Amino acid sequence: MIVFDKPKALTDAPLHYCPGCTHGIIHRLVAEAIDELKIDGKTIGVAPVGCSVMAYDYFTCDMVEAAHGRAPAVATGLKRAMPDNIVFTYQGDGDLASIGMAETVHAATRNENITGIFVTHAIYGMTGGQMAPTSLPGQVTQTSPYGRDVKTVGYPIKVCELLSALDAPYYIERVAVNNVKNVLAAKKAIKRAFENQVNGKGFSLIEVISSCPTNWGMTPVAALKWIDDNMIPYYPLGVYKDKDKEDK
Amino acid sequence: MTDKVLMKGNEAIAEAAIAAGCRHYFGYPITPQTEVAAYMSKRMPKIGGTFLQAESEISAINMVYGVAGAGFRVMTSSSSPGISLKQEGISYIAGADLPALIVNVQRGGPGLGGIQPSQSDYFQATKGGGHGDYHLLVLAPASVQEMADLTVKAFDLADKYRMPVMLLADGTMGQMMEPVSLPEPSEVKTEKPWAVTGTKGVRKHNIINSLYLNPEQLEKTNVERFEKYKLIEETETAYEEFMTDDAEVVVVAFGIAARVSKNAVRAAREKGIKAGLIRPITLWPFPKKPLLKAAEKAKAFISVELSMGQMIEDVELAIKCSRPVYLCNRSGGMIPTPEQVLSAIEKAKGEN
Repeated sequence: MIVFDKPKALTDAPLHYCPGCTHGIIHRLVAEAIDELKIDGKTIGVAPVGCSVMAYDYFTCDMVEAAHGRAPAVATGLKRAMPDNIVFTYQGDGDLASIGMAETVHAATRNENITGIFVTHAIYGMTGGQMAPTSLPGQVTQTSPYGRDVKTVGYPIKVCELLSALDAPYYIERVAVNNVKNVLAAKKAIKRAFENQVNGKGFSLIEVISSCPTNWGMTPVAALKWIDDNMIPYYPLGVYKDKDKEDK
Repeated sequence: MTDKVLMKGNEAIAEAAIAAGCRHYFGYPITPQTEVAAYMSKRMPKIGGTFLQAESEISAINMVYGVAGAGFRVMTSSSSPGISLKQEGISYIAGADLPALIVNVQRGGPGLGGIQPSQSDYFQATKGGGHGDYHLLVLAPASVQEMADLTVKAFDLADKYRMPVMLLADGTMGQMMEPVSLPEPSEVKTEKPWAVTGTKGVRKHNIINSLYLNPEQLEKTNVERFEKYKLIEETETAYEEFMTDDAEVVVVAFGIAARVSKNAVRAAREKGIKAGLIRPITLWPFPKKPLLKAAEKAKAFISVELSMGQMIEDVELAIKCSRPVYLCNRSGGMIPTPEQVLSAIEKAKGEN
């Protein structure tokens, strides 16, 4: 008896991610949600620019590769043209919270009936470790070699807090994938975000705190601990907006 | 075609797009094209279509990218500064081989420029605009009727060749009212097996993409795309010739400049000067062959443009610099008068 199998919504293509990177876990959680909701045949995913640019090779559903930051706009077009299909975006923090902030905020405020997976790891991965909009105060990166100086480059952007200030979006939650307990909670949140779309509820965004051992310069295990010690205190996990509850 | 109605050029584009089966419009207000968006905002909800005022031109063109990827007829419209913002998305649409219509109702530039008519986005439209090796098919209407007709043609060409098509109009064309027979609703049905509409579990996934990290593969896709462009140059070049049979002075002009030039050519003929006009209808591909043929008899050419002189380079290339080419132009939102063009014709005649 098979007790643990690859989700059907993932292709057989080997992932290109660095050892210890948690993109693979997040891909799997998205694929499990697609499998469990039996929506693979009508789902269209939108991949970003950044480490997960080639996500289009990893999901068995139809995929679109968007320009840097534009995934929510591309997803808006897809969903407006095909309201009965399921459309999700998969974006990193540079893509979503820096260059694509306008697209993100406006898709949210239109309560666009799409599902957003937002992977935060406080650094630019693909280009080799530059400061991200989510890099922590004092964090050393290639473009903040003396540590992120909030006086000159400002503070990190807390996307869930920011989006939940809008009236429109349906569901906003921040999760992490650095231990089993958190992965299980992340799975539940991601599935909920897809369910919301299936039920026509509107915009759901799940921010997933992820690790980048390569660009953080840590072992994979130390990177997971760094999430507990540094990321989660600054970016508290939890549900930031849930219109199901507001409506009741 | 319907009975004639009096319409603004911008509205004619919108109604013709609907007749061509376009049910998805994304835009952002900018003078002098805003009537397209306003018209679509009234019509689309009544016919089950999408009108969405995007947060920016950048978002609008990326919404177009999404809908085009799903295989539906889709368009956006803007004016010069807004078209600059769309260039990133246009490059992606070209790179992913997607059909879409982009309308540019040009105004004067550079920068914020002005809001009066211009043709100074010629280079941007015909030479690429965004990054990378690609072309747009560029259509240049010279009447409200052509605003409608070329809109329909643009959708057909976009589907036929799987590429973005630009309707390059100007503020005059957009704002002026003329009687127009609107096209009857019709759509050339094109199979789009590449579209992302969901696998339905019966086929391998489709991917809309312009990323090729393997340079050999990227080169191959570019070479294939340019083979398609070559075919388009051979089969889709469109132009109007007016009194060119015996013309010694050939005026080359498109859009509103061609309207002005036609009057000047008539006036020149009345004065006994053998003048003629070649009006490119496709700016890319540029009608090189009729120009080269005209150069056999013509002594001089005049490029009449609402710019500091952009198309003139293509005129010179088309005739292989075999005859002098003069520039007759206004810029910044100004329009040449027939008298200005006539005196340019007289001067060219006198010097050659």
